[in-house]
Amino acid sequence: MSTTTVSLEDAVLEAAAHLYVWALKDIPQDLRDALAAARDRETSVTGIRVLETIHRNVEIADEQKNLVCQDTGIAVYYCRVGEDFPLHPAGIYRALRAGTEKATVEHPLRSNTVHTLTRENTGPNVGYRVPIVHWDFIPDWDGLDVKCVPKGSGSENMTFLKMLVPADGVNGIKRFVLESIVGAGGKPCPPGIVGIGIGGSADYAMHLAKEAIARPIGTRNPDPLVAQLEDELYDLLNETGIGPMGLGGDVTVLQCHIEHADTHMTLNPVAVNYQCWAARRASAHVGADGSVEFDREF
Amino acid sequence: MATHEVTFPITDPAEIEKLRAGDEVLVQGHIIGIRDRTQIRIFDQGVEPPMDLAGAFLLHTAPNVRKLGPGRYEKICIGTTTSARMVRFTEGLGEQYGVRAICGKGGFPDEAIEPMQRLGMVYFAIVGGAAALETTQIEEIEEVAWEELMPECLWKFRVKDFGPLTVGIDAHGNSLYRDVQDRAKTKLEELYARFQ
Repeated sequence: MSTTTVSLEDAVLEAAAHLYVWALKDIPQDLRDALAAARDRETSVTGIRVLETIHRNVEIADEQKNLVCQDTGIAVYYCRVGEDFPLHPAGIYRALRAGTEKATVEHPLRSNTVHTLTRENTGPNVGYRVPIVHWDFIPDWDGLDVKCVPKGSGSENMTFLKMLVPADGVNGIKRFVLESIVGAGGKPCPPGIVGIGIGGSADYAMHLAKEAIARPIGTRNPDPLVAQLEDELYDLLNETGIGPMGLGGDVTVLQCHIEHADTHMTLNPVAVNYQCWAARRASAHVGADGSVEFDREF
Repeated sequence: MATHEVTFPITDPAEIEKLRAGDEVLVQGHIIGIRDRTQIRIFDQGVEPPMDLAGAFLLHTAPNVRKLGPGRYEKICIGTTTSARMVRFTEGLGEQYGVRAICGKGGFPDEAIEPMQRLGMVYFAIVGGAAALETTQIEEIEEVAWEELMPECLWKFRVKDFGPLTVGIDAHGNSLYRDVQDRAKTKLEELYARFQ
C-alpha cells in the first residue's frame, strides 16, 4: 500500500492512525505461523482447546474486520528517524499523538488512558506522555520508519526487573527468567513472546526488554552468544508446563527474544517484559516527500 | 473431562456442583460484565449494585462500544481481562450477592479456592485475547448501569453459545492453576539443577 500526502506532518498522522487500527485487526504473518506451529505441537486437551479457539478468533477478526483483542492497549511507537528527515521529532511526536487520537475517535476504539493517581480517563488513548514513543536516529538518511505496538495491560502487568550481581552470572539470568514466567502463569495470555533486556542500567534493561518483544517473531540477536541464550531459554521455558492460558500444556512461549547492552562491571541487570499471543505490530516507512509504505518488516 | 451447557442466571446449585476442574462449558442466557472500578465502587465505596446478581455469571470485561442513545450501546469488540487483580472481591460477591460463576482470563490465585468451595461458586477460564470470537457470541447489550465509569460499567449481555470455557476452579476445592503451579515448581528445581 502506498499513499502520498501534502504535508509531512499530516502524512505521519495518517500513517499512525492507520497503523494503530491495522495492528489491532490484522496480526502479522510471522505470528500466524508461530500460532499454527504451536497448535500442531500442543498435546494437552485444554491447550488444544485454547489454541483452536485462538485460531477461530483470528479467522473471525479477519472475516469481520474486527479487533483481534478488545484491549486496544497503550499506543507505543518505535521511530527510526533519518538525520535528514525534513520533519523535526517534535513534529513527529505531535503527529503520532494526533494519529492515535484520530484512530480512537473515528473507529471508535476503547480509550484506556487514565490519570495514574485519579484513574480518570484522559480521552482518546492520549494523555500526559502518552502515546509512548522510542527514538533511534540514523545518520546519512532522509526517511522515517514508524512501528506501532499497541501494548495490552494483561501482558504489561507481567513485567519483572532484577538487579542481579555479577557473581549470579548467566545462570542467575536464566533462573530469574524462568521463575518470572512460571510466576506469571496464565495472566499474560500465553503462549506469547518473552522479551528480555540484559545489561545497561535498570531503566535501559527494561527498555531493551520492550524492544525485544516488538521484534518480528523468531528473529535472533546478531550476537551469537546472545542468540544461543535465546534458544536455550526458549527450550527451558517450554518445559515448565504452564501451557496455553496457564491451564497446563506443552507450549508456554512462542518465542524468547533478548536485547543486550554493555554494562558496568558491578551491574548485571535483567528485565523481563511479556507480549501476549496477540502480539500486535505494524510498521510504515515515510519518505522525505511524504510517501508512505506499510509493511511488517521491523 | 466432560462437556456441559449451563444457562445463567442459575437457581439450582446442582448446575454448579456438577462442574469439575478441566471440564468444557458453553454458556447460554444472561451474563453480567464487571471490572476493577465497578467492584471498587460496590465493596470499597459501599454502593449497592443496581442489578440483581443472584445466581449470576460475571464476566471480567470492559467492552469497546458505540453509543446509540441514552443508556443504549452497540457492541464493537468485547473481550475479557485478567482476573487475578480482582480476586479479593470473590467472597463478597458470593456471600452478599449470590454470584455463582466468575469468568475471566489467567485464573484466580489460591485464595479463591476456599470461598468458592464454601459458597458453591466456580471460576471459568476463557481464552484471553479472543475477543473477535467472544463478540459474536454476545447477542445484545441489554442494560448498562454506572455509565460514568465507562468502560468499567455494569453491563448486562444476552449470550448464545458463549465459550468454550474451561472450569479453572470448581466448587469442590480443585484448581487447575494450583495444579499447574505445583508441577511447574517441581520442574523448575529440575531445570535449575541442569545448569547450576
